[in-house]
Amino acid sequence: MVCESWKAKLDTYVDGELPSEEMRAFDTHVHSCSSCSADALRRVQMRRVIQVAGKRFTPRAEFRKRMQQSIAPKPQRSFRLRWMLAAAVVMLVVGTLTSAYLGKRSGTDQVFSEIADLHVATLASSSPVDVISSDRHTVKPWFQGKIPFAFDLPELQNSEFALLGGRMTYLDQTPGAHLIYDVRKHHISVFVFQERSLPAKLDENSLSPKKLSFSMETWSQGGLRYFVIGDASAADIDVLAKLVKAASSI
Amino acid sequence: MFYYVDVSGARLQPDSFEELAMPLFDSLYNFARWLTGNREEAEDLVQETYAKALKGFSSFQLGTNFRAWMYRILHNTFLTSRSGLKVRMTVALDTGEDGPELAVERDTPETILVERSNRELLQSVIEELPAYFREILLLCEVEEMSYQEISETLSVPLGTVMSRLSRARKTLRDRLRPQLQVGTETAGIAKGTNHGL
Repeated sequence: MVCESWKAKLDTYVDGELPSEEMRAFDTHVHSCSSCSADALRRVQMRRVIQVAGKRFTPRAEFRKRMQQSIAPKPQRSFRLRWMLAAAVVMLVVGTLTSAYLGKRSGTDQVFSEIADLHVATLASSSPVDVISSDRHTVKPWFQGKIPFAFDLPELQNSEFALLGGRMTYLDQTPGAHLIYDVRKHHISVFVFQERSLPAKLDENSLSPKKLSFSMETWSQGGLRYFVIGDASAADIDVLAKLVKAASSI
Repeated sequence: MFYYVDVSGARLQPDSFEELAMPLFDSLYNFARWLTGNREEAEDLVQETYAKALKGFSSFQLGTNFRAWMYRILHNTFLTSRSGLKVRMTVALDTGEDGPELAVERDTPETILVERSNRELLQSVIEELPAYFREILLLCEVEEMSYQEISETLSVPLGTVMSRLSRARKTLRDRLRPQLQVGTETAGIAKGTNHGL
């Protein structure tokens, strides 16, 4: 029979498994041979009905859930994460106690304590800075469009201080800049806010040299309120404050 | 749908196992159920397959076919199971050559099935097929695997895939034919009776 050799390959043709040249030749043949085209059609129809009939069973929802649970990656709390969680709990307790305590104190004290909280909370965060750079010409422009004022950062060459980066911060719903510096493994925060946006007129004289064991300095300059806070020595805080003041007065 | 994992230079994470394996869950279960014939055994088989795959995921060869890999694990697991051992006792003869079917038939199993949508009949005939025919038919027609994928899944040469598939189809057709003829005759008698009324 003329079609014998074609028929032998009909299944392979319908399965799309013939080499491309043979496939083309088969296509041409099928278009001109009614017997082979009818046979090919029947096999395609058979494939379809088997496909429909073959999709017969569906797993139970509970079995699917059980399986999903069994292969889902188990949350592995790293040592670092455990410490961070512990720090967060401590922070929460400290924050709650501080909040309760703050209610009884003056507006000035409240602002100073909130600055201390911001400093601690940021350092406890897994990503303390949003812009990571020691280059002041990178960090300063990052704040453009994010805060409603501009400020200058000090040149730190030939000093022991290093800029780690910056982030946006809020004090009483007022946006401000938060810069983090490093000096001999101590982290120091510099906060800059608009003076008029702060909740209370600050009494700088009421600032005790140590707040929650942090050293802090604050001053107003060019309509901006600066806070420098950290667990470094009061002398280091003072040196950094002077550098920031000098940069802002240029 | 193909599941080739393109992870050049990337490490396989446990997350990616879940992402790759869960979309195959329904079809793996369906396949397992066809192989085992009952729900409990199918669930056990799928569960064991996933457990083995998860354990061996780090050794999964990058850039190879994940779907074929999963089906191969399921197939091998089935072969070592109780019902699988029964199947292994039945030897598949892959050397048989089927002659071409040359006659043009008007009423073939395919056309009758399509006309009647006799799904249950087809399912029962597939169920009765030897396991080595059933599995290759399902992998090709239901899972739409290429011959190469089937070859990887069943760990048999391409030539074996082609000959076994051909014989599976022929066996299916041969077994369908008498049942459908009985059905046609019955329908004809019923039709005639109605005309008589």
